[in-house]
Amino acid sequence: MKRLSLSQAFWFLLRRDLLLGFRNRSELANPLLFFVLVITLFPLAVGAEPNLLARISPGIIWVAALLASMLSLDAIFRSDFEDGTLEQMLLSAHPVPVLVLAKVTAHWLVTGLPLLMVAPMLAMMLGLDESAYGILLLTILLGTPVLSLIGSIGVALTIGLRKGGIILSLLVLPLYVPVLIFAASAVDVSSVGLDAGAQIKMLMAFLFLALSLSPVATAAALRMSMS
Amino acid sequence: MGSPPHFYRFAGRWLPWLTGIFAIFLIVGLYGGLVMAPPDYQQGESYRIIFVHVPAAWMSMFIYMVMASCGIIVLVWRMKMAEIVLISSAPVGASFTFLALVTGSLWGKPMWGTYWVWDARLTSELILLFLYLGVLGLYGAIDDKRVAGRAVAILAIVGMVNIPIIHYSVDWWNSLHQTASLTKFEKPSMPPSMYVPILIMALAFKIYFVLALFQRVRAELLYRERNSRWVEELVQS
Amino acid sequence: MSLSEFLNMGGYAVFVWSSYGLTLGVLLINWWLPFQQHKQNLKKLKRQYRQDRKRNDSSS
Repeated sequence: MKRLSLSQAFWFLLRRDLLLGFRNRSELANPLLFFVLVITLFPLAVGAEPNLLARISPGIIWVAALLASMLSLDAIFRSDFEDGTLEQMLLSAHPVPVLVLAKVTAHWLVTGLPLLMVAPMLAMMLGLDESAYGILLLTILLGTPVLSLIGSIGVALTIGLRKGGIILSLLVLPLYVPVLIFAASAVDVSSVGLDAGAQIKMLMAFLFLALSLSPVATAAALRMSMS
Repeated sequence: MGSPPHFYRFAGRWLPWLTGIFAIFLIVGLYGGLVMAPPDYQQGESYRIIFVHVPAAWMSMFIYMVMASCGIIVLVWRMKMAEIVLISSAPVGASFTFLALVTGSLWGKPMWGTYWVWDARLTSELILLFLYLGVLGLYGAIDDKRVAGRAVAILAIVGMVNIPIIHYSVDWWNSLHQTASLTKFEKPSMPPSMYVPILIMALAFKIYFVLALFQRVRAELLYRERNSRWVEELVQS
Repeated sequence: MSLSEFLNMGGYAVFVWSSYGLTLGVLLINWWLPFQQHKQNLKKLKRQYRQDRKRNDSSS
């Protein structure tokens, strides 16, 4: 059998997961639907007063994105765990963190990136100031991969549990706080015409930190869960 | 110290001493805080809550650090004792976090007029409490306690990496929204009659942590090692 | 300073004393629960070992 190089293995795994993700349409659509649904609930709950909605829209959009991303986390490893692929992955000659990174990237492309497409529409419905649209998209682009990366650690820790869902949210949501703070604040300040450069740089820092550390932690957690 | 029977006996021998030392420190600290320290010129007597609030807040951070250090030992050397110390620390740490939160809001009521303000310190303390509850929840959810111990070790380390980031973010967020803050007492201008009792109380709480930890570790050891020879000999004698 | 003045805490008695009371209460519970747990574990193990020995004696 031909041995794959590391980058080949990465791209192969990424392509495979993307293919599986796009075949399973409902998995693709559900987080998106959830995102839209949660945002629809807010005007119904707090009233449709345009000024109020515009004022709190950055927070609403980001809390909804957080929840949508969290609910889709389980899919990163679930099917591979159940059919034994995950175990094979851990036994392979390639460093597990790199393989984990491929899986998380694929998962983000399938569940995180689509949020980018509906976010402007929802922002428009909530009456967010138009000058903030660019920053909103940028925060989603930078923030949601961090959520997927942090979340993958939580999923890896709870994958063997029958009722892992509620524990997963307890583990992951507190760790999402910094992303929420900086992303929502970036959108908020840019909607009143201020510069959001500092917040965006912080989000970038979070992204690089998460990219470098979380695959290692996830790999360790997976090894622990499979032992 | 690494072997369970050794630790069990060691902890048992030290428990009465630790309890005594703790009681002395506690009484001295309480006397210093409640009687000796002069009332604050702005807040009157209500500031006396800091003598429990600040040490409890320190302990909440300190115990998480202890847990993360144990986590590293568990992952690197696979030491069983470190696993037990880690998970036995968690309830004590959660208790101190809870105390810091409740005493903070009891102090906030006379100062701000409400029990809860989204003050930076209280908010990060609340998130820290969630981190503790996550550790306890994960440990409880996994049936195989050997696996659970290692899972919790990973989680504690991940939490430790995140705590400074969360702390910084919340501080930054708080400075943006400008609410009242409890930070007044962290200035160096505090007279010795105020900070000495705080330090004594902090020491008392540290001793208490060791004592509560030993108590828990002993109970946990008996349960985990129930099939081993030394437990059988210990119980029979 | 009289005792009633001390207990009154300049009008903040409710807040000060409830903080201290709660702290002591939580510390006490955290000390007492594992203590009880330890005692119970010892008792349970004793009973279990006795049963095991009885079973061994009757079978041999």
